Amino acid sequence: MRYQRRVAAIGLIAASALVLSACGSDENAGGGGVSAAPGVTCGGKPDLRSSGSSAQNNAMTRFVATYQQTCQGQTLNYTPSGSGAGRNEFLGGQTDFAGSDSALKDGDETTRAQQRCASPAWNLPLVFGPVAIAYNVPGVTDLVLDGPTAGRVFNGQVATWNDPAIAALNPGKQLPAAPIIVNFRSDESGTTENFQKYLVAASNGAYGKEAAQTFNGGVGAGARGSQGVADATKNTPNSVTYVESSFAQRGGLGMAQVINSGGGQAVPLTTESVATAVNNVQVTGQGNDLKLDLDSLYQASAPGAYPIALATYEIVCSNYADDQTAGAVRGFLQTALSPNAQQALPDAGYVPLPEQFKQRLTTAVNAIQ
Amino acid sequence: MSTATGLSSPERPATTPTFQAPSTGRKIKNNLATFLVGLAFVIALVPLVWVLATVVVRGIGAILSSDWWGRSLSGVLPESYAGGVYHAIYGTLIQAALAAVIAVPIGILAAIYLVEYGRGRLAKTTSFMVDILAGVPSIVAALFIFAAFISILGAEQSAFMVSLALVLLMLPVVIRNTEEMLRLVPDELREAAYALGIPKWKTILRIVLPTALSGTVTGVMLALARVMGETAPVLVLVGYSQSINFDPFSGNMASLPLLMFSELSNPEPSGQFRIWGAALTLILIIMILQLGASVVSRFSAISK
Amino acid sequence: MTERTTAARPRDPQDEGSAAGSATLDTVTDTDPGRGGTDRGKATPGRGERIFRGLTSGSGLLVVAAIAAIGLFLLVQAVPSLLADNANFLTSPVFDTRDPANLNFGIRDLLVVTLLSSLFALVLAMPIALGIALFLTQYAPKRVARPFAYVIDLLAAVPSIIYGLWGIAVLAPALLPIATFLRDDLGWFFLFAPGNLPVLTGTIFTGGVVLAVMILPIITAVTREVFSQAPRFHIEAAQALGATRWEVIRMAVLPYGRSGYIAGSMLGLGRALGETIAVLIVIRAATTPSGFSLFDGGYTFASLIASAASEFSQPLPTGAYIAAGLVLFVLTFVVNAIARVVAGGKVNG
Repeated sequence: MRYQRRVAAIGLIAASALVLSACGSDENAGGGGVSAAPGVTCGGKPDLRSSGSSAQNNAMTRFVATYQQTCQGQTLNYTPSGSGAGRNEFLGGQTDFAGSDSALKDGDETTRAQQRCASPAWNLPLVFGPVAIAYNVPGVTDLVLDGPTAGRVFNGQVATWNDPAIAALNPGKQLPAAPIIVNFRSDESGTTENFQKYLVAASNGAYGKEAAQTFNGGVGAGARGSQGVADATKNTPNSVTYVESSFAQRGGLGMAQVINSGGGQAVPLTTESVATAVNNVQVTGQGNDLKLDLDSLYQASAPGAYPIALATYEIVCSNYADDQTAGAVRGFLQTALSPNAQQALPDAGYVPLPEQFKQRLTTAVNAIQ
Repeated sequence: MSTATGLSSPERPATTPTFQAPSTGRKIKNNLATFLVGLAFVIALVPLVWVLATVVVRGIGAILSSDWWGRSLSGVLPESYAGGVYHAIYGTLIQAALAAVIAVPIGILAAIYLVEYGRGRLAKTTSFMVDILAGVPSIVAALFIFAAFISILGAEQSAFMVSLALVLLMLPVVIRNTEEMLRLVPDELREAAYALGIPKWKTILRIVLPTALSGTVTGVMLALARVMGETAPVLVLVGYSQSINFDPFSGNMASLPLLMFSELSNPEPSGQFRIWGAALTLILIIMILQLGASVVSRFSAISK
Repeated sequence: MTERTTAARPRDPQDEGSAAGSATLDTVTDTDPGRGGTDRGKATPGRGERIFRGLTSGSGLLVVAAIAAIGLFLLVQAVPSLLADNANFLTSPVFDTRDPANLNFGIRDLLVVTLLSSLFALVLAMPIALGIALFLTQYAPKRVARPFAYVIDLLAAVPSIIYGLWGIAVLAPALLPIATFLRDDLGWFFLFAPGNLPVLTGTIFTGGVVLAVMILPIITAVTREVFSQAPRFHIEAAQALGATRWEVIRMAVLPYGRSGYIAGSMLGLGRALGETIAVLIVIRAATTPSGFSLFDGGYTFASLIASAASEFSQPLPTGAYIAAGLVLFVLTFVVNAIARVVAGGKVNG
């Protein structure tokens, strides 16, 4: 019977689907190469949920790997759905904490957070990612820029590489007469917002545009995501972009040295130079709420401080309604602050937290109830 | 035509009794046309070969790696080459399968309606709407599900939402293929059944539908192949997960297109490795389905 | 895709099973609109028959309802945002939904980029699809025509995200010399004028070529189907007159298949208008609105919606994107409706 043969064939397909569903696994032994962290109190809810900023996703991936290793049987599911969505989902109670490029806004958001937690919510700046001004100009290395010049490059007022403003900062270098091609992020991103905040804060009004999640410079060509702008810059001679340093490094792009608001020497982007800037940043939050005054970062004036970095927060309840959740959140954040987790950060394009700053975070994390 | 003397007025009586060779001008035109037509075919092959070659060359390494088919990317760091795409393959298959479970019965019934019952204005409207549905862009289908189920009804993003959007994309393919097969079933079969006094619905279910079954299965497989590569619905309706999620009704779930899209933001070379590996995997799955479809249609009891 | 048979199926006697024996073939004519094939009061149909009929017409109705629901739900979600829109929805080139309290969005630029890329793709794909359809139906020997047709259909099997990746990583650099030539030497023509992007890769031009490849199999499939139905006796008559192969095509095949070709092209256009992910990956964003050059960048309806999908958290900004989706829906509806009308009864796609 042909009909039955067909039924048999369909059955076979169904059976093979069943077999397939039994043979897969999440076990990736040796995938991470991470070790258990000391000084972490495990326990509480076995599966935490969090969502938000994609800028800290790579750091989160590493924290989660260490957390799983440290606290066997416990995990965290982080969804990089964007900072806005992350804050909303936290406020709506769908997630246990939020990852966000910006702190809770005063007013409505803070009120809603108070309602959601039945206690104040804390902004904990856990992950700092340096942003590079990455360029691809044949024959030019060690390009130097300062805030005002960068502002005018990214709003189109400085349109060629041999513009006097650039030449003045780069004496003795052969700058081509080619037009500057700006590659910007076409998607909404915290990187774009923070970079523009830097341009606004450090350019003495030369940038003249608003800082937002989308690029307002009015020049250039858009590309999607960090990888998109890095690729576009790599493939387009005489172009420049702003991108997290890891992408610039992997793409083999030049990274401009920046003269910070204190004047003085040009500062290359290194782990130390970013740590110097982070150590000098001002906190505006009360007590254990470590909300930052980002302008103090962008306008860093200390010698050797690299001023362009993206600060991303974990937004948590100071006192969770459920002790199980509180315990797990505490355990996870302790893991994130542990040396094991911190030392993996440079590979992912972030800076390990400077000791002094880490102490304040540890105090706050241990106070979560 | 104007220079094709002797043919411009076909009514002209054929005065020349014997065959005349075409004039040089007509020959040149004919050869030129042959050349251009052949050229068009060759031009179409260029991107096909180019795309497939790119995918195979860049993706072959990934799909041959040991953990590719059986592991997920759970806990795998971005720069690591470890892990596999099992979670995404599962997601792709379960989302399409759930969509098929809903779309196939509705599609077959709608096709039966159009062929066996539908008369008058409603049938015409239905047939028209099937065509319109076939042209609805996948992003619009996704937005509709988002607007209706997530915004208004308050459902959460999940793989099932994706399946619902895929139902809309599958339906017209299933309906049109089934319809076509039903129309090919000889009327004699129906008449013979009626003559025996078998009710119409039983005739359709027991005689017409089984006769058209292989064509219908072909249609379903083609529809599955179409929806598996859809990226727009998964972008809007479900979050990405690196781990296996067997539950299509809650939580994030990976699928091959979504995995490729999210690996686009990975700066490491391993990201490219996984993107092209997933691309090759997806093409392989779709080609297996299409091959299956053409094998099934070969068993067809009725032929075109 | 076959000829749509308009002949009605034979009716069963009285449309029901209980009256077995009266096996005369039903001769109802189609002059009984909306109720054709019903019992006409002779006898009540059996319960199975009623349930089954209900199920089938219910499923048919569901398709109609689905289309209505798509339009309705998109409209319902779009209206509050449209009312809150501070810009002119039809003529504003900006699409700014960052501040829910001050929405400024319009579709002018989306419409320009969508139409420009889709029409350019259509112009590229139409002649090639015509050539392939003729090749497969009139030139290629029967034995190889089928596998060749399958090869063309394979183009449709490649997922669009793969076309996007290939388009930006492989095709765009390869097209660069052509694009440079067109802009530098034919730049006086508005389509080839320097665009709003400082680069020549990832333009509407690149996107259009990718789209052309993607819609090629659709146009070809429909056109091939219609061409293969060209009346045998017309062809044979032309051959008997001593026509060359090309003349046969011009006299017998093209006139018959023209409407199908146009319908297939409209279907391809519909597909191009709604293509999402390939366009999102290939065409780069620009800071100024399009000036009708193929070397412009920007967003199409579909790519803009997809690019913002991860930010769908607040109702008003989301509604703005849904409004854009509604316009795209209407656009594809019209194009597909035209395709269907043009095709008459010859194709179903």
